[in-house]
Amino acid sequence: MKVWPIFKKEMRLYFTSPVAYVVLTIFLVIAGWFFYNIFAFFTLASMQSAMNPAMAREMNVTDSVMRPLVSNISVILLLLMPLVTMRLFSEERRSGTIELLLTYPVRDGAVLVGKYLAALALYALMLALTLLYPGIVVYFARLEWGPLVTGYVGLLLMGGTFIAVGVFASSLTENQIVASITTFGILLILWVIGWSADYVGGVWGKVLQHLSLIEHNDNFAKGVLDTKDVIYYLNFIALALFLTLRSLEARRWKG
Amino acid sequence: MIEVQKLTKHYGPVTAIRDVSFSVAPGEIVGFLGPNGAGKTTAMRILACFMPATSGAARVAGYDVFRQSMEVRRRIGYLPENVPLYTDMRVAPYLDFVAEVKGVGRGERRRRVAEVMERCLITEVQGRLIGTLSKGYRQRVGLAQAIVSDPEVLILDEPTIGLDPRQITEIRSLIKSLAGRHTVILSTHILPEVSMVCGGVVIINKGSIVAQGPIDTLVQQFFPTARLEVEIVGPPAAVRHGIRGIPGVVSVEELTVTNGAGRYVVESSRERDVRGEIFQVAAQQQWKLLELRRVGTTLEEVFIRVVAGEQTAEEGGA
Repeated sequence: MKVWPIFKKEMRLYFTSPVAYVVLTIFLVIAGWFFYNIFAFFTLASMQSAMNPAMAREMNVTDSVMRPLVSNISVILLLLMPLVTMRLFSEERRSGTIELLLTYPVRDGAVLVGKYLAALALYALMLALTLLYPGIVVYFARLEWGPLVTGYVGLLLMGGTFIAVGVFASSLTENQIVASITTFGILLILWVIGWSADYVGGVWGKVLQHLSLIEHNDNFAKGVLDTKDVIYYLNFIALALFLTLRSLEARRWKG
Repeated sequence: MIEVQKLTKHYGPVTAIRDVSFSVAPGEIVGFLGPNGAGKTTAMRILACFMPATSGAARVAGYDVFRQSMEVRRRIGYLPENVPLYTDMRVAPYLDFVAEVKGVGRGERRRRVAEVMERCLITEVQGRLIGTLSKGYRQRVGLAQAIVSDPEVLILDEPTIGLDPRQITEIRSLIKSLAGRHTVILSTHILPEVSMVCGGVVIINKGSIVAQGPIDTLVQQFFPTARLEVEIVGPPAAVRHGIRGIPGVVSVEELTVTNGAGRYVVESSRERDVRGEIFQVAAQQQWKLLELRRVGTTLEEVFIRVVAGEQTAEEGGA
């Protein structure tokens, strides 16, 4: 498998063009703003609770800072990840470079995995830079490490799913805007699909709830590492990548 | 080295190529000719393993392009028609990427990339972004990526399109230098280029092959007579009659007469050289022979005759 050269090439393209820098900057600015607000609110609340011991007993950094931060970051990702993944196949198709790429001695699967891992690496870098925020929290308060680690594992898995969906959408079209809107649409629908679970009820309600992207992420943020959630995301990634492979193959036959 | 048998490709209801068969010997440079939309690019894409054919088979270096695609891909260098390159990459890292993907070893890669940049005259732009390069440089980067792994077979789709005359000459001599070591199949619109670079040609029109073989053979096949252009001062009717009487002359055609000097085109069989006899006839009749020269038949004329002949045949049939 020649995944490595493809991975390197994609990383080069992310970093010689402004894409990576713009995405990293915007992401960190917005995430930083959310963190600042959440933390400032927590500071205020903890000062007020100094006079109220009952309230003080309820307060902790994990629930009041890290959980809202994780859920805010996932909203930014919902908007940002389609823009990171949209170019992966669409750009190659539009510029025609796919014709060369697919005639090099590399299997389609290796191309796909290389591209997927490159986007995932960029995302991991985005996440790694946000570790600065818990770093700041640790300086002022006692932080529980368990929920922090699971929270980040959850973000990584959810982002990985977003990327897989984005890669799939990108393989469908040569238009990057179409690719990014399609990704956003699929993700948003899967995000809110659980909302109707309560009205539908019964087995279908459970199914809808299980399909929801955000539902599964909540456990991680709480510090619960459930195999059910991990498997949900991994399944999702595998399915999206499998469909992408099929779509690449279909494109070949269509010519 | 390349064997193509009854290759057919449909795009939905449209047939791009039909029953195309030809073969290319190792070390040969073959030109692929045809009007726009004749199916050249389709045939090349199939050979390069970009897409499968609807039916028929093609073998490159002994491997089937569909069933043993990886083996074929390891042995070819491909330059698509509009030279698609990553505009956001720099030249040297791009070539390094191609070499790595094509399986050139780590140690050898540096040397290969440097060598190929030298050959394609792009060493001076190795640090530039491909997107900022001129068309001529891009074309050469495209060619460099095709030969960077030193493949046995090169498939070049219009390698000189959009270049200035000096660059065309450079690319041409580069391609010529590839003969022998590499088997090359190249498509082009520029017919003189084919006569200069290629040993043989395959002419394709509306998806089917209409002529193929070495250029000389094709010329003789489609133009069985040799042509001479003669300028003689003398009475036109007598001149025509006199030359017509020489054995081997097939026809004499008068072009222009100015101040008593007439220009004629003489067609004669290729076996006999009639120039000496034309001189003798003129001397006997005391005509002044001002000019006598051979007119070569160009590939261009063959091409036009072949492609136009197809069309008239079709119109006649319809």
